[in-house]
Amino acid sequence: MTTRKPRIGVFKFASCDGCQLTVLDCEDELLDLAERVDIAYFLEAIRRPLEGEFDIALVEGSVYTPEQEEYIRDIRQRSRFLITLGACAAQGGIQALRNFTPPDEYPRVVYALPQYIESLAKSRPASDYVPVDLALQGCPINKQQLLRVLVQMLLGSKPRVPNHALCLDCKRQNIVCVLVAQGKPCMGPITTTGCGVLCPSYDRPCYSCFGPAYQPNPSSLTRRFAHLGFAPHEIQRLLHGYYSQAPEFREEGQRYARS
Amino acid sequence: MPMSGGVPPIGQAVVLNKTDLGAIIEQLWQAGYTVIGPTIAQGAIVFDEVHRLDQLPIGWTDEQEGGTYRLKRRDDKAYFGYAVGPHSWKKYLFPPRLSLFSLQKTQDGFHVQQNQEPVPRYAFLGIRSCDLHAIEIQDRTFLYGPHVDSHYQARREGVFIIAVNCSKAAPTCFCTSMQTGPKVERGFDLALTELSESFVVEVATPRGADLLTGLPYREATGEDLGAAARVVRDTASSMKRHMDTYDLPELLYNNLEHPRWDDVAKRCLSCTNCTMVCPTCFCHCIEEVPDLDGQRAERIRLWDSCFNPAHSYMAGGMIRSDIRARYRQWLTHKLASWIDQYGVSGCVGCGRCITWCPVAIDITEEVAAIRSDADKRTKEGSP
Repeated sequence: MTTRKPRIGVFKFASCDGCQLTVLDCEDELLDLAERVDIAYFLEAIRRPLEGEFDIALVEGSVYTPEQEEYIRDIRQRSRFLITLGACAAQGGIQALRNFTPPDEYPRVVYALPQYIESLAKSRPASDYVPVDLALQGCPINKQQLLRVLVQMLLGSKPRVPNHALCLDCKRQNIVCVLVAQGKPCMGPITTTGCGVLCPSYDRPCYSCFGPAYQPNPSSLTRRFAHLGFAPHEIQRLLHGYYSQAPEFREEGQRYARS
Repeated sequence: MPMSGGVPPIGQAVVLNKTDLGAIIEQLWQAGYTVIGPTIAQGAIVFDEVHRLDQLPIGWTDEQEGGTYRLKRRDDKAYFGYAVGPHSWKKYLFPPRLSLFSLQKTQDGFHVQQNQEPVPRYAFLGIRSCDLHAIEIQDRTFLYGPHVDSHYQARREGVFIIAVNCSKAAPTCFCTSMQTGPKVERGFDLALTELSESFVVEVATPRGADLLTGLPYREATGEDLGAAARVVRDTASSMKRHMDTYDLPELLYNNLEHPRWDDVAKRCLSCTNCTMVCPTCFCHCIEEVPDLDGQRAERIRLWDSCFNPAHSYMAGGMIRSDIRARYRQWLTHKLASWIDQYGVSGCVGCGRCITWCPVAIDITEEVAAIRSDADKRTKEGSP
């Protein structure tokens, strides 16, 4: 590595800015991080964003408009590593729920003059357009996970992002299963870890804002939900939420949408 | 025939008022023990620090079945009127997250700093026979193999054990099949059997006897001992689940391609819950956690599971690349290759893996399915 500090850019696409806020939320670590990297482009945080090339591009949001399609290709060309932040950039996000309906339908209902709306037919992840080196999941991402990945990259080691089911971390924290002990529809068994077991530690079921775990088995879990008395539309909503375009959730959710 | 005041004889049983258990807890704390026992939290009977009698789940019980657990009020004031819950004692002896050491960069290399955190001296209150067997099984892994795990050893040595003979079996229990209960037989300082007004206390060690010294106990009569024996007998005979262990390793090894593995793979979530609640599962992984400035890193040990796909990831890929392979690995290790490895089964019949499986997969049912089909196939004369 050269002595030059790695250059980082944070870029926004179709999103709520929550993942960028998570970057800002690294309050205690942000100054240390700024010592080690050159945060050159981050509209939400710096006054004079610098263009040019980047060692690491952090990309938030889904690709939603024709301009964004151009923009993601441009950023890819100018960046050595491209890391996506969050559910939108990884799988299209909650706005990808519109992918289930014909493209014109929502603008006609929502806007007085829909002819001024120019959007792509679907809300799609960055990886549909360009190669992505690493995807951080979550709505929003987890800041510890982001920091760990950045530190690993700065040290020159391969970043490791676990993708096992949330349950493993629930149990590592001695949390009692809310599905078994309370009959709540917890998506933990098919959801990837990373959130720090946020919901179950507050006695709430996981609603899969981190998306599917590696090799999930949604049909077995949803059969259990049905057995516990949850209606098909409730089960469908659990699958078609933040990660409706993840293939395993999309297909299983469509099965419940039809029933 | 009051005996109170003196040291009770070792190897004998005495009768103690139930409320005197409070004094025992207090004395243990005073003697420097961290007393861990059953208590209610998050809608279940879990293990945590217990300082006072009223922290025990007195008058509570659990209703358990495959995939469900519910707390219920009892219509009496039983102290130990419930079965095992979601936690096992391994969380104390083999902590889920343990810092092993840290590395600090220096001018000419790095400096190793061992984890200096003091290890508590534990007293386990209310441990059941199945869980005592589970600790013995983990001892074989961590203490009696070629490599002694110093972290386990430091926690395990000197644990004070107050065991309880089970007065209730959950429908998920099958310790009688695994010959691990319900009566505690060894490895304790004191063993309690709960009667309606009192405990019959077996005194097994001098320090157990010391703990009773000064308390108003009396010698157990034949009647007391009979009543205590009846509690255990009734619990044993109420056991609803069973596992036929006859020639089990051979049965499983001969059926590694049995269609039942495909069937269970359709249901299994590979979520790791069974292995996490299992009191004998010992798999773990090691992680390095670097500081932001790259000058220091901590090495931590975390519970891991054969159901975690990454657990079998090696250069070139994953050894157990689908759920079928992972479930088969778990079950055949637990019930067959564990015996080859350690001389005992890895299953104590506590039933936790049945209750805490989110989709109610039942290890006894899976074994029975393989056995019944295998029997049928043998009868039909095909392999």
